[in-house]
Amino acid sequence: MTDSPPKTPSAPAPADPFNRQETLTADTFLRGLWQENPVFVMLLGMCPVLAVTNSAINAIGMGLATTFVLLGSGALVSLLRHWIPKQVRIASYIVIIATFVTVVDYAIHAISLELYASLGAFIQLIVVNCIILGRAEAYASKQRLLPTLVNGLGMGLGFTLALLSLGSVREILGNGTLLGHALFGEGFQPWLVMVLPPGGFFVLGAWLLLFAWLKQRRERRILEQAGVAAHG
Amino acid sequence: MTTAVPVPAHDLNPAPPGPGPMVDLPVQTGNPTPATPSRAMLTTLGLIAMISGLLVAAAYEFTAPIIAEKERLATEAAVLRILPGAVTKRDFVIGADGGLTPADTDPGRGSGGLVFAGYDAAGQLQGLAITGIANGYAGPVEVMFAYDPRRQAIVRSKVLKSTETPGFGDKLDTDAAFLKNLEALDARLNAEGSALANPIVTVKNGTKTQPWQIDAITGATISSRAMGKAANQAAQRAAPAIQRDLALLSQPRSPGGPQDD
Repeated sequence: MTDSPPKTPSAPAPADPFNRQETLTADTFLRGLWQENPVFVMLLGMCPVLAVTNSAINAIGMGLATTFVLLGSGALVSLLRHWIPKQVRIASYIVIIATFVTVVDYAIHAISLELYASLGAFIQLIVVNCIILGRAEAYASKQRLLPTLVNGLGMGLGFTLALLSLGSVREILGNGTLLGHALFGEGFQPWLVMVLPPGGFFVLGAWLLLFAWLKQRRERRILEQAGVAAHG
Repeated sequence: MTTAVPVPAHDLNPAPPGPGPMVDLPVQTGNPTPATPSRAMLTTLGLIAMISGLLVAAAYEFTAPIIAEKERLATEAAVLRILPGAVTKRDFVIGADGGLTPADTDPGRGSGGLVFAGYDAAGQLQGLAITGIANGYAGPVEVMFAYDPRRQAIVRSKVLKSTETPGFGDKLDTDAAFLKNLEALDARLNAEGSALANPIVTVKNGTKTQPWQIDAITGATISSRAMGKAANQAAQRAAPAIQRDLALLSQPRSPGGPQDD
């Protein structure tokens, strides 16, 4: 194996990818939207993803509530990161997250009784959403305030977009409406299963299939180009 | 115990017995990194708990009046929608004695449940809104009913809260044939005036023979049954008190009395 082709040169890896201080770039924000999307790439927070996406408005409400909790808890964890002893960090993070969830619970109740009723217990369940504890542990506890806020906003919006892409498809197919506006005529027969729990699994599966296919196609293209370069 | 050779408590690393040169083993004591003192942990947790407490209390103080106002408006809208012709409502509490008292004069409100009376612009009683709750297929179904005291019947219904299956159980509010049942649902009292003469029941689709029966929706029997139970509960609870204190309900409100519209 002496004549194996040389490996493509890659950027020098940072010394410790888990502990470096991140400089604020556009990637800090965009990662959550696409490359590390919490739902479609990391497959985190599946409970609200499947449970409350039966309409677009529920998806938006849930996504924005989660974004708020991400921002608030991230900010506090980042500010207190030098004072929280590592033995009690998980307990501290959970208390901080629970605080912001309670605040958002009151806020949604005050904003719309209807949305509050339809989201139900899933607002309180944001406490145990892995995305938030994951961000606190893996990012906010090591980074400065500003990157934490930007990254949290990206993750939150990525989560919201993912919920919305499920919620809008399910509402259109299962109810014939989008954000409450009828899209089809009287003759439309709603595909009811889509707003029922199984519909969540079907639509999530379809989206994951689409993203996996896109990723595979891109990788094949890169391989083909590399092959052309090697032989040409 | 007295026979044991006393060993100094600190001598945890005695020399190995047997032949051979003495090996000076490093003593394994203490952590490699300095331990965080418990006090620091307690202070941090205490501080975080305090910040949380402050935030939660502030959020509650700020939103509580808004939430209460929104809920009051939502109840009022529901009452006025179910009693067409009514423009103002008054709340009454069912007391322990089985009678009604205006909610604004009773400090311990809600003890036996609320009854909402709707009046038109001239102060005439248009009907009463009563609520009932029963377990359906997927959770509790909360329904508001319009009760006509002159006809002694439930004349309208509106589901306030339900998690019933879309397409089946949510027909409780939309199925025209089913709603016909609730346009003249008999809720007469027995001779003593203490309970309904005939409890309201849901029967299998197409077998309704009496005015106090509800014809179930095919495919949503459990939800229909919940509707029947909720209607029965609401009427059993409120109708005797309403009939007893009909005079109080019918009298136009006193001009100096508190207004709660």
